Amino acid sequence: MRRVYVCGIGATPIGEHWELSLRDLMVLAAKKALEDSTLTKRDIEAVYIGNMSSGILQGQEHLGSLFATWFGIPGVSAQKCEAACASGGVAFHQAFLAVASGMYDVVVAMGVEKMSDGNTYDVTSALIMADDQEYVAFTGSSFVGLNALIYRRYMEKFNVKHEDIAMFAVHDHKYAVNNPLAQYRKAVTLETVLNSPIVADPLRLFECAPIGDGAAVVILCSEEVAKKYKSDRLVEVIASSVATDILSLHNRKDIVTLNATKLAMNKALKMSKLDLKDIDIVELHDAFTILGVIHLEDMGFAEKGKGWMLVKDGEIEKDGKIPTNLMGGLKARGHPVGATGIYEVIDVVTQLRGEGGRNQVDDAEIGLAQNVGGVGGTVTINLFRRL
Amino acid sequence: MNTFINSVPRSWRERKYKYRLIGGICKKCNATFYPYRGSCPYCGSDDIEEVNLPKKGRLISYTIIYSPPSEFRLKQPYIVGLIELEDGTRIIAQITDVDVNEVKDGIEVEAVFRRYREQGADGIIEYGIKFRPISD
Repeated sequence: MRRVYVCGIGATPIGEHWELSLRDLMVLAAKKALEDSTLTKRDIEAVYIGNMSSGILQGQEHLGSLFATWFGIPGVSAQKCEAACASGGVAFHQAFLAVASGMYDVVVAMGVEKMSDGNTYDVTSALIMADDQEYVAFTGSSFVGLNALIYRRYMEKFNVKHEDIAMFAVHDHKYAVNNPLAQYRKAVTLETVLNSPIVADPLRLFECAPIGDGAAVVILCSEEVAKKYKSDRLVEVIASSVATDILSLHNRKDIVTLNATKLAMNKALKMSKLDLKDIDIVELHDAFTILGVIHLEDMGFAEKGKGWMLVKDGEIEKDGKIPTNLMGGLKARGHPVGATGIYEVIDVVTQLRGEGGRNQVDDAEIGLAQNVGGVGGTVTINLFRRL
Repeated sequence: MNTFINSVPRSWRERKYKYRLIGGICKKCNATFYPYRGSCPYCGSDDIEEVNLPKKGRLISYTIIYSPPSEFRLKQPYIVGLIELEDGTRIIAQITDVDVNEVKDGIEVEAVFRRYREQGADGIIEYGIKFRPISD
């Protein structure tokens, strides 16, 4: 396998972009990333686009050709990749493989989602398609509802208080303040989180990632292309893994552990020949507060049932033991579903380049991005190293 | 309104397992699961037999949906639960015949046949299994 490098990043801010279409968002993000990389359009050989719901939310599929046409690069290999909320992560994985295999030298990994045109009911219908339509969506559970089942079980099993889990949202908002790409650049208090309306009991509105629009692009290149850059502009992809789990919660023996995280993590550590303690920063997929806590445990940073303590003890802060979600996480940076996996990569690369501004972690060398589809049916882990 | 394509056969072809609690039992690893399928989700064996699952069980987690998908608009609030049947097999279903303020983890429940959703104003009505608390 060849070495793979990130040589360009670019994204639209996440928000309700009334004036921008799905294709506008893709083109804008690609332009920014290309500018950042100093490459030209003609250098791009392949495009992998992570997207979950363009069909149901925009009446639009065939995003590969659509993007190639509107960006003016017809002829390139281009395709959509879908794995629910992990669509961005699997698109990145495909782009990584395309360069690592020796097939291509310059590849675009993109994520895009245009959600704000739909009303909340229709978007809720689109999101539950991440689970089994006939045996789970059929029951009327929302995607938030499935995570609420996990939440209640977790609190009961480990005797943990609601407020100790809800703290994760406060953490995310605190760091989103300084991220120009974030959807909600303001801090919130724990009281605000706990007093927000109930979406699916016990999950409150301010514990759930918002609905938003956005597109994000990472440009990957081979060592040969990387040679023309100064090393401080490059970040190496040292591992990329994808794992699946049984799709629905009722067929899993333990609903408070996402086994695919454990599997993907083991694969990634093996591939990079690193230990858990080598990881300096983490971007994890906290679509709901409870997931942030569970991911810290399943990745190995805390014992089962104790992930919330890392949050409470300040260990996921900028100067903590394992700095996590330093650009706002899914709750406050935002979660344009199929784009999220790529936004996470951008957040990690930004930190490793030392461009995190007021959120910059001192001397971060190794970073991890975790992207989760459904209730853990798919998990991707990507590891990066500063050169 | 539903947000995806109306179809009678999509619902009709699932009738056997949606109308009855028929699961699968793996002859290799002995696992049971709902609904029936031809391959074991745990060990991958293709040696699976149909099994009639118990109609009673216990609620091991639940949520109350206040912001529903379009197919359930105006039905909120309603309860969705994770039920463990007497043989240990689990299923996700609505919990019915109980007030949202009175539902509790651990209550004993039994299966009932109920209406779930409609395929738009002109489409078919989809039915399936819900669970209700067992009264003393």
